[in-house]
Order: sequence, then structure tokens, then C-alpha cells
Amino acid sequence: MAYLTDRKRAHGLGASHSGTKAHWRMSLSSVALVLLVPLFVFTFGAILGSSYEEVVIYYQRPLPAVIALLTFLVGFWHFRAGAKIMIEDYSRGLSRKALLAGLTCLSYGLAAIGAFAVIRLAL
Amino acid sequence: MVQLKLPKNSRITHGKTWPKPEGAKNVRKVQVYRWNPDDGKNPRVDTYFVDMDSCGPMVLDALIKIKNEIDPTLTFRRSCREGICGSCAMNIDGRNTLACTYGLDEIQGDIKIYPLPHMPVVKDLIPDLTHFYAQHASIRPWLETETNTPAKEWRQSIEDRKKLDGLYECIMCASCSTACPSYWWNGDRYLGPAALLHAYRWIVDSRDEATGERLDDLEDEFKLYRCHTIMNCAKTCPKGLNPAKAIASIKHMMVERAV
Repeated sequence: MAYLTDRKRAHGLGASHSGTKAHWRMSLSSVALVLLVPLFVFTFGAILGSSYEEVVIYYQRPLPAVIALLTFLVGFWHFRAGAKIMIEDYSRGLSRKALLAGLTCLSYGLAAIGAFAVIRLAL
Repeated sequence: MVQLKLPKNSRITHGKTWPKPEGAKNVRKVQVYRWNPDDGKNPRVDTYFVDMDSCGPMVLDALIKIKNEIDPTLTFRRSCREGICGSCAMNIDGRNTLACTYGLDEIQGDIKIYPLPHMPVVKDLIPDLTHFYAQHASIRPWLETETNTPAKEWRQSIEDRKKLDGLYECIMCASCSTACPSYWWNGDRYLGPAALLHAYRWIVDSRDEATGERLDDLEDEFKLYRCHTIMNCAKTCPKGLNPAKAIASIKHMMVERAV
């Protein structure tokens, strides 16, 4: 137990002067996903169940490939930002930092795998 | 990790059931959280039976009747009895509200009364609001100016004064902050809906000259951005205010000056 005044506890370490950009980017990515997810479902659904050759030919067209690529990149960025808030809400100390590091690796890793797959199909 | 279960010595046990009033026909069961820091026992829920024919219409009336006629050890805060002081904020029937303005007829079945959730308890229905008040003080809830004080008054247009409506009415009862899950988990760093509503009240005040500094002080992932627009604050506010809207307005101003 530390003998801190109430005001000292309330002020803590002060404001970090960050958060607004993250908030703005989260809002932007939300709006982007409102457009991208239906487009991805529509384009992906159209080729679902087709043969490998047909899928390759389909994803060599720019529109489905670009939609898929953007959905992966924006989707996993948004996932990372949302899950980061969840981790910050419910965890503390070292476990918070470890979970955030793991989350960053996972989300950027999945985004990279998705992007690689789409690019490989498209090119 | 966040603590999802109460510590052993905070878990609620069954308490005493007090006898029914003799000869009463219109009786309601009132269950009240009890905890005394001096006896070293766990919190308990005592059961009282209140004669509604000789009781006032509000929950606070029932509590005062219990204290006066059944159990004088029951401890709670109250003062104005008309929803102005905010002293009697407590969790009634699962909702944070003021005991003095919440009608007994609004509750179906047994009346369950607990202190405001997720705050340290001083005794029975009295929460420790020290940190809550310190957070309020930290947002500097007063007019800050650099211009020399005018001879007569700081002038404000009718339109600018209207911007304070829905903000200045807050009575700091803490119902909103203690209903907010973000405040439950991160109340040490997140300022909570009440303090942020007051912060916005001064940010939006046309006479205040410290708008930028106030926004600077709030720009923090925890102080402000822990608000996830859950809206419990607006739902529970006994004064019908909307702290979530005030917080959204602060975020909007932050974006306006950054983007």
C-alpha cells in the first residue's frame, strides 16, 4: 500500500496524448468494412465450389482480387485494433504486453498470408 | 487478468430475516445488502418486511422506515429527498438510481437493494466515492480564463448557454460511472461517464479559455477512449442525462483538431 493522495491516484501518470488517431482509424476501417465485406462475400460466393482452375482465372481479374486483398488487409487491421482494446480492458501488466505482442504477430501474420494467397492467385 | 469473482471475504451470505410487522396486511419484502467493517464477517443480505400502508411511496421512505422502526443499524446516505443531492444513489432492483426518486410501485416482486456496484463499501449501502470525486476534481470543474475578469460578468449568448443544457444538471450521484463495465475494469485510469460529462460541460462552455488544455488532458487511451459506447450510463442516469453523448462529443472534438 502506498500513501498517495486521492488526486495523485486520479492523475496517475497523466495523459499519454494518444488514442485519437487510433479512434479515427478504427472508425475509417469500420466504414471500409461495411463496404468491403458484402463485396467480398458477393465475389467470393460467386466462385465458391468451382474448380481450382476456374478460381485462378476468376482471381486473375482485378476486381475480385483487389476486393479480397483489401478485405484481408483492412479486416485483419481492424481485428487487431478491436482485440487490442479487449486485451487492454481485461488484462494487466506483463500479460497485457505479451498478449498485445502475440496479437500483433497473429493479425499481421494472417493478413500477410491472405495477401500472399491472393497475390499468388492473381499474378 | 481482471478479477471476475469476488474475493472470499466479499462474497455475500444469507443474512437475518426480521419478523413481519404485527397486524399489517399490505407487506412487502425488502432485501438489503449489509456489511459492517467492524465485525470481520462477510457481507450478507438481510430481509425486512415493510408495512406499505404506513410507508411513503419511495424506496428511500422504505429504508428510513426500516431504520426508524426495525433496524437502527442499517446505514445509508441520504439528504435532500428530492433528487438534487445525489447522496442516496444505490442499486435498486438491479438498477443504479436514487432511492429518493425511485418509486416502490416501480418494482415488481421483492425489493432488492445493494450499494453502487464495483466500489469499495464503507458500510452497508455506503460506497467509498473518494476516487470518483478525485477524478471529478482532476478535470478542473471550474471556469478557466486568461483574459482579465470583466467588470460586470462573463457574457454568454443564449445559444451558447443552451449547449450546457443536459450537462450542468449532473448531480454527481455516481450511478452512471458505477454502471459502466469499462469503469468497473479500468476505473483506476478511465475517468468514467460522470467525470467526462463534467469535462465536456467545461470544454463546451463558450466562456472557458482552456479548451485546448482540457482536450490535451483527456487525450489518452484510458482516460477517454475506454468508453466503448455501451450506453449503460445513459440508461441508468436518474436525471435523464446522456453522458455517452457528451463523451462522443469530446471524441468528435479530438478528431476535429487532429484530422
